[in-house]
Amino acid sequence: MIRISKRAEMPQRKKWIVRLLGIVLALVVMSFFFLFLGHNPLEVYQTLITGSLGNYNRFARTIEFVIPLSLSALGIMIAFKMKFWNIGAEGQIVVGAIAATYIALNFSELHTVLLLSTMFIVAALAGGIYAFIPAFFKVKFNTNETLFTLMLNYIALRLVVYLQYGPWRDPGARGFPKIANFSQNARLPDIFGIHAGWIILIIVFALVYLLMNKSKLGYEIAVIGESQKTANYAGMNVSKVILIALFLSGALSGIVGMLQVSGVNYTLSRQVSGGMGFTAIIIAWLSQIKVVLVPIVAFFFAMLVQGATFIRTAFQIPQSIAEVLQATVLFFALGSEFFINYKLHFEKKAKGRVQNG
Amino acid sequence: MDSVSFLRAALQAGTPLLFATLGEILTEKAGNLNLGVEGLMLLGAVGGFAAGLATQSALVAIIVAALCGAVGGLLYAVLTVTLQANQVVTGLALTIFGTGVSGYAGRFLMGDIIPSSIRNTFRTIPIPLLSEIPFFGEIVFQQNIFVYCGIALAILMGLYFSKTKQGLNLRTVGENPSAADASGIPVTTYKYIHIIIGSAISALGGAYLSLVSVPAWQENITAGRGWIAVALVIFSMWSPYRAIFGAYLFGGLDIIGFRLQQTGFALSQHLIGMFPYLITILVLVISSIMKRRQYAPTSLGEPYFREDR
Amino acid sequence: MEKVIELKGIVKTFGSVLANDHIDFTLQSGEIHSLLGENGAGKSSLMNVLAGVYQPDGGEIYFKGERVDIPSPRHSIDMGIGMIHQHFKLVEAHTVLENMLAGMSKGLLSRKKTYKKQVIELSQKYGLDIDPDSIIEDLSVAQKQRVEILKVLFRGATILILDEPTAVLTPQETEKLFTIIDNLKKNDHAIVFISHKLDEVLAISDRITVLRNGKNVATLENDNLDTSILISNMVGKTLDLAIDRPTKLGENKILEVKDLSVLRPDGAFGLKDVSFDLYDGEVLGVAGLAGSGQKELCEAIAGLQEKLTGTIIFKGDDITGSTPRQIIKKGISMSFVPEDRLGMGLVASMDLVDNVLLKAYLKQPGVFVNRKEARFEAEKLVEKLSIDTPSVDISVSKLSGGNIQKVLLGREIELQPELIITAYPARGLDIGSAYKIYDLLNEQKQNGNGIIFIGEDLDVLLQISDRIMVMCNGEVTGIVDPEKATKEDIGYMMVGRKIEGVIAND
Repeated sequence: MIRISKRAEMPQRKKWIVRLLGIVLALVVMSFFFLFLGHNPLEVYQTLITGSLGNYNRFARTIEFVIPLSLSALGIMIAFKMKFWNIGAEGQIVVGAIAATYIALNFSELHTVLLLSTMFIVAALAGGIYAFIPAFFKVKFNTNETLFTLMLNYIALRLVVYLQYGPWRDPGARGFPKIANFSQNARLPDIFGIHAGWIILIIVFALVYLLMNKSKLGYEIAVIGESQKTANYAGMNVSKVILIALFLSGALSGIVGMLQVSGVNYTLSRQVSGGMGFTAIIIAWLSQIKVVLVPIVAFFFAMLVQGATFIRTAFQIPQSIAEVLQATVLFFALGSEFFINYKLHFEKKAKGRVQNG
Repeated sequence: MDSVSFLRAALQAGTPLLFATLGEILTEKAGNLNLGVEGLMLLGAVGGFAAGLATQSALVAIIVAALCGAVGGLLYAVLTVTLQANQVVTGLALTIFGTGVSGYAGRFLMGDIIPSSIRNTFRTIPIPLLSEIPFFGEIVFQQNIFVYCGIALAILMGLYFSKTKQGLNLRTVGENPSAADASGIPVTTYKYIHIIIGSAISALGGAYLSLVSVPAWQENITAGRGWIAVALVIFSMWSPYRAIFGAYLFGGLDIIGFRLQQTGFALSQHLIGMFPYLITILVLVISSIMKRRQYAPTSLGEPYFREDR
Repeated sequence: MEKVIELKGIVKTFGSVLANDHIDFTLQSGEIHSLLGENGAGKSSLMNVLAGVYQPDGGEIYFKGERVDIPSPRHSIDMGIGMIHQHFKLVEAHTVLENMLAGMSKGLLSRKKTYKKQVIELSQKYGLDIDPDSIIEDLSVAQKQRVEILKVLFRGATILILDEPTAVLTPQETEKLFTIIDNLKKNDHAIVFISHKLDEVLAISDRITVLRNGKNVATLENDNLDTSILISNMVGKTLDLAIDRPTKLGENKILEVKDLSVLRPDGAFGLKDVSFDLYDGEVLGVAGLAGSGQKELCEAIAGLQEKLTGTIIFKGDDITGSTPRQIIKKGISMSFVPEDRLGMGLVASMDLVDNVLLKAYLKQPGVFVNRKEARFEAEKLVEKLSIDTPSVDISVSKLSGGNIQKVLLGREIELQPELIITAYPARGLDIGSAYKIYDLLNEQKQNGNGIIFIGEDLDVLLQISDRIMVMCNGEVTGIVDPEKATKEDIGYMMVGRKIEGVIAND
């Protein structure tokens, strides 16, 4: 008989060993899969690495995935720290992108600095408000935030499609349903071959680090996540903190929307978020809700995505394999947490008739 | 616009939603929120399609589709029930998994079309006498076998919940696993069985798309229907009976835009596409404002460990 | 009488906490066997082992003479064991009947009608008075409890375990429960009655087993027993605790509470027309059975209760209905050491520094927290109270109970409060730690601060308090002078009887 019991806390180092083992195991499992397909798994993994880091250009493309994934995950993390399950990053990215696009299309003659900063602010506001709404209902009526934020994703996605096919359709696109490309003014400049979003990421990362680890608000967020009772006891204004935190959470994803339309796509389409909001949730979770780990985990995921395009050309394996690989790593990472928190005991049964009953 | 033919089409558009929703209801009744419905549908769609192509047998296609869903459900169950992983994140991972696997396998299926023997199985089969009932009969009883099965499954599931001991036990598990455990109900077994069967049912929704609706392979053939199913569970307040109505309503919303266009009435299909989610949010908000019992199984989303104090 | 259950050397640990330490216990058919002990003595853990909820880490279980394992509640039910848990295991949204039938999974159809008749019959037989069609959430606590009893009987239980059944009942309801239990006994059922209320235990039991700190201290036949024997077993040593009681100052009123009433979320009165004054340099003890309104009293003063009437005046300032934030902002220095240390007073997963910060951060200037200051404070606390910890960077949940309490109380005292409210400050602590806590409180008293001391150990209350307010069902039975009152007097007052001649002068 196997008996399970909660274990006393594991030392940090041992925890990371267990987590690492989980990831290694996932790679081993995938290796068998690659072997089955007739490829040398080591070569596949090597291509994954060279494909994402092999030269500066590839590295730059990888970073362009790191930027949105990290920013969004940092935002999600703020909410998750409070045990507020904001799974609406996808939608928050999209509304941020819509807001930025609105400015880009309608005020394209503005000076580029002014235009870009307006786009930035408006996108952050849009994303923030989009997360604020479910937070408001949560605080006021205890409406389930998981399902609420989930629904908001799809409303935002439909809205983009509507705009794309309807009011914002570019008449110059010869009947093709697309929104017009941004003017040069509305495009983020490249700095060292990567769009300027990486500077924003560095700044935001530092700010979120300060917020979560040094500020009063971050401290309140952490306490509320542990126990609302304690937060009340300590004189915290719980509702206000939740609302502010969720606004910030959504605002970061809103910024991602702006960076994607202005730095990568130069237009708005329904692919603007491309599931990044969901991947970011996973990144936030795997980072153990710790700010410093977010870019590292995000980098790992970005490598998978970017590297997979090279696997496709090198091995004729469809790019979807990146998703399979991602999911497999995830499954093992999620499963490994169990062995950090629980202990298994293998023991013999006593004899007696009742066991059979 | 011909209302009979429109409603008939709404039932067909609602059927994949109905299967996906019923599967998710079964899973959620066990207290597990599985956000992997989209992934399960994709697994079912690709599995069913491939098996259909290979064997030319509708039955085998369906069985394989259900099995693909069951495997996805098993993965989810091992992680969330036994290994106590976060249900939301695991569900999202399952969706990524399903998207990846179907995208990968689908590469080899592009351009193939479902053989006519299978398409023939899923042709419209009017039910004698009943199909002649004006309006209602014409809509409901001139359908393919999948549509009939969806309705039957919903009714059976409703009866299972209300009339059987196992159904009562299941509801007890979802409401209060610790009470269920104290009553001698094997909580883990119940969760596993219902998650796996629920996942298989959801996968059948995907199979309907690749085998009947389209019937060919498209990348991302489900196009977000799995998420509509998650919304539908809330909309139907966890009742299989209401799910029939909800699925057909949302199915109708799915196709009404194009029909309206034909009549010259211009309301964008894409705006209409928001309605299911807006309505669902409305249901969520209203039920929480009214402080009504939120119909959701009370333990939804929470892991259960017996010795927790 | 047949020996139905025998437990030998049961050991159960939770992480580093030893809940059951080699406990022996026997139960015979047709007997009411009480398990007596303070909170945390290991009563519930032991019975949860029997119910198949907890797996013991050691020891043996014998059922009618045969060695058995009870790996799950299912096995326990099949043996005829039915446990009525302190937190009811009922599905609130389901009907009584549905709750009865859950888990009885032979066959397919639930056949509610057939069973309904049986349920009604059974309910009548034992005088339980339950309508099988009511929805659980509409029932009162007492009714839910009877549903639980009915449920286990319906499953054919012959061994019933009632975990603190009277904690949630009014005296009348308790009376009714006792009639039911007597009825069960007459039908040759074996009953385990878990309680920490001495009078009830004496009234109902055939045998009494006293647990203390996870050990079986004594199993006694209930004849010629009285409370003092039980108490001495429960507390473990003779009664002179030799706690200092410095003379009180008592010149200025620190706190004036008038006609304070609190409504609980369930609509019942948690506190009713409570009035008292507290002076500087005074310890006001509060005695009462668990759930007599102590929690509501503390929380009302600390600003954590919403539905309250009456007035609370702190040194002339009306603070009735103020939130903790408002109280802090008003500059009122009040400390509250709540009963739930890790769930309310501290953040379990945070380290000492961040826990010290909890009460300090609001007063710090700027938008950032000053951890340097908090670290300094935390290190000071560790040194001053000799808190046993490798560093201040350890999460408090890893400390022992005594050290956790030192962190909490130490933090609150460092705020230099004029009023300290402490709820069960020494609960679960070893003797050494407990005395350290008493000393700290007395030190504060001598500094001229007012202290409200919610206690459960009457010996401690009698020795540390200048006056003792005795509560029963949310009301004050009387405020007594510990010089005049005896433990028995207070015990009687705790169940609502007024005693003359022991009342304290203001």
